[in-house]
Amino acid sequence: MKKLKMNIAAILLLTVTYVNAQGGHNHSTMKMEDNKEMNHSKMIMKSDAKAEAILWEYFNLKDALVNDDAKEAAQAGSKLIASLKAFNRKTYEDMQQMELIEIIADATEQAEHIVKSPINHQREHFKTLSKDVTALITITGTANTLYEQFCPMYDKGSAWLSTTKEVKNPYYGSKMLKCGSVKKQIN
Amino acid sequence: MKISIKKILFIGLIIFLLMQLYQPARNIGFEQDITADFTKVYNVPKKVEIILRTSCYDCHSNNTNYPWYSYIQPARFLMESHIAAGKENLNFNEWGNYSSRKQNNKLDRIAKQIQSNEMPLASYTLIHKNATLSATQKKEVLDWINKIEDSL
Repeated sequence: MKKLKMNIAAILLLTVTYVNAQGGHNHSTMKMEDNKEMNHSKMIMKSDAKAEAILWEYFNLKDALVNDDAKEAAQAGSKLIASLKAFNRKTYEDMQQMELIEIIADATEQAEHIVKSPINHQREHFKTLSKDVTALITITGTANTLYEQFCPMYDKGSAWLSTTKEVKNPYYGSKMLKCGSVKKQIN
Repeated sequence: MKISIKKILFIGLIIFLLMQLYQPARNIGFEQDITADFTKVYNVPKKVEIILRTSCYDCHSNNTNYPWYSYIQPARFLMESHIAAGKENLNFNEWGNYSSRKQNNKLDRIAKQIQSNEMPLASYTLIHKNATLSATQKKEVLDWINKIEDSL
């Protein structure tokens, strides 16, 4: 009987810890506030560098998809989320800030899905992400020469950005690596 | 030997009963702001609206029609986690508060998920038979979304 009592006590303890764990949601919002403060202190820094960091992670993600590597793409996705979080919109005009908030929020959501999805889904979200990143650099600008490329076959036509002129299709990978063409040169 | 089986059953029962103590807040919106609802943003045909309300709104809005077994754990726990995830990804009640960028993307996602039969979830339609989308219902929704997307 004594043993039984111990057991019940143990179960009770487990339940309590479990319920407590459920209440731990506030952590994420706290973290976000920390980040805001960080951004404030770095306001003096050129924000362009942060946009370039986002671009950099985007290209890593694109290359992973070109190589049909879902795992690599997921890793690039989480790095992309970090770089999106680090972005500082404060140096831009009010109107641009509004749009930047929306772009960053949407891009983050796409990246989150890329982190946890199989490759066909990663590619679906990459299409939306490409739109977001393209919109981002029209506001922030970039020091690099980029090529906007377009594949008419994938999902009624889909675009992406690349640092090289040569077409390597991230939507099909090895299946149809050369599908697509350069639509536009940026810079 | 027999005693230990009894013991296990007894402990199992205790765990089951203790689980019932955990009853998180329900997803029921009493005074919700319906001006942001999907059906207020677009002119949604009645047929499509009914499909969305029966097959999507349980997890993708601020108001769930709870079945009786939702009062029993661990069913409740599974359900709440599905609803939380569902609402985070898409909340029809909050549609009007989404940026137009997000709205466009979400419309696209909705169409893709329905097209590929990923939504509504199989585990959901298994129990909610009326939430299953027939081929005609699917076409109804997809055609309408296409029309909306073209007009944007």
